Amino acid sequence: MQDEPTPIELTKSVADFLRNDITPLISGHQAFKLRVAINILDLVTRQLTREEGSDAAEVERLRSLLGIDGSVADLNHALAERIAKSELDLATPGLAEHLWATTMDKLAVDQPNYASYKRELGRGG
Amino acid sequence: MIEAELSRSVRRWCKGATGITGAARLSGGASQETWRFDITHPDGGIGAILRRSPKGYGAAPTRAAGLAAEAQLMQLAYEAGVPSPRVMHVLVPEDDLGTGFIMQRVEGETIARKILRDDEYAAARPHLARQIGGILAGLHRLPKDKLPELRSRSATQEISEFERDYRSLNWPKPVFELALRWLRDNDPGPSAEETLVHGDFRNGNLIIGRDGVRAVLDWELAHLGDPMEDLGWVCVNSWRFGEIDKPVGGFGSREELFAGYEAAGRQVDPARVKFWEVMGTLRWGIMCGGMMQRFREGPDHSMERAMIGRRASETEIDLLRLLAPRGS
Repeated sequence: MQDEPTPIELTKSVADFLRNDITPLISGHQAFKLRVAINILDLVTRQLTREEGSDAAEVERLRSLLGIDGSVADLNHALAERIAKSELDLATPGLAEHLWATTMDKLAVDQPNYASYKRELGRGG
Repeated sequence: MIEAELSRSVRRWCKGATGITGAARLSGGASQETWRFDITHPDGGIGAILRRSPKGYGAAPTRAAGLAAEAQLMQLAYEAGVPSPRVMHVLVPEDDLGTGFIMQRVEGETIARKILRDDEYAAARPHLARQIGGILAGLHRLPKDKLPELRSRSATQEISEFERDYRSLNWPKPVFELALRWLRDNDPGPSAEETLVHGDFRNGNLIIGRDGVRAVLDWELAHLGDPMEDLGWVCVNSWRFGEIDKPVGGFGSREELFAGYEAAGRQVDPARVKFWEVMGTLRWGIMCGGMMQRFREGPDHSMERAMIGRRASETEIDLLRLLAPRGS
């Protein structure tokens, strides 16, 4: 077991330093790059916070949809293949719900301010 | 140093010009550059734009029409009254500037978020969706016999091409698979009529002023195909920049777009438009994957490119909203 602070706490401390102490000192193209850098660190923090829980739920859903076991990556490969072969489609019970849940979990990490995501979150997640 | 070559060039073809000032690089990657500059002229300065591939970068990427074709299309559009910059000069070897062209600079805004939010464009915004319909009708009516050589693409070919691009990423995405299935199942077949298709007509590639659309830019993806492709692409959610209830670039409704198009004497096929909107959403998602791949494999190892890879999920939620909408 590794020592603390946790990766989440460490990453967040760098993001906060750049945001609060460095941003006021920088302008022009470098300021744009700095904003991108801070966005990346924020994304990493969100992923570290949420990934374990969302992956576990995703694997659970995929197991029951596909009837097989495996890593989250393996199961996604298998699902993609079965959709490509038309073995599963939107008429398959649970598929649409699974894709929605998985996509919402991705947006929560990638782009929580994306307007479509905020709209769908308003519908109850 | 580019100033010396530009000065020599303008003196040759722009009567009365004595040189140029203020050359500044605007954007572009290694293979294509955009520069702004002012031509010095006794009657007053002339704002100009240079689009070029520097020497050694002549070959166009496979999907691009090439700068020579782009220049020809913009000139044709300009002559037909489609808002477009006037092409002043197509580069020749003596210019020593590579390949490309010089056009008149059109003042206005291209940054989508500013156009959608700044007060300056408040009066123009409610009219843009309809105006865009009229402009697309004009563009689709450009005479085919005057067009440069362009690739021709049917919906069926496009689906195959995107599928190949997507598979080459080895990036399994169940939502993209679903979209590919939907596209195959809903392929409308060959269009009754093949016209010029701009290929990247969207908010971000238009110069907008207080009075509305002043110029259509970025003709590099122009091709021959189904005119409804342009109407679908302009509605892709990624180009609404947050104004998700206004499908046409965040400006207005499909009904306004269609009305503008039909008022200019052309027919809309809404089912085909929807097909191309789904296709366009997937297309942008796959492009995000391409950015991720280029980030990984270099040479562009930039943070911006890396982050575009993480925007593919935006297209996944938009595809689900199109194909498997949840009750409201």
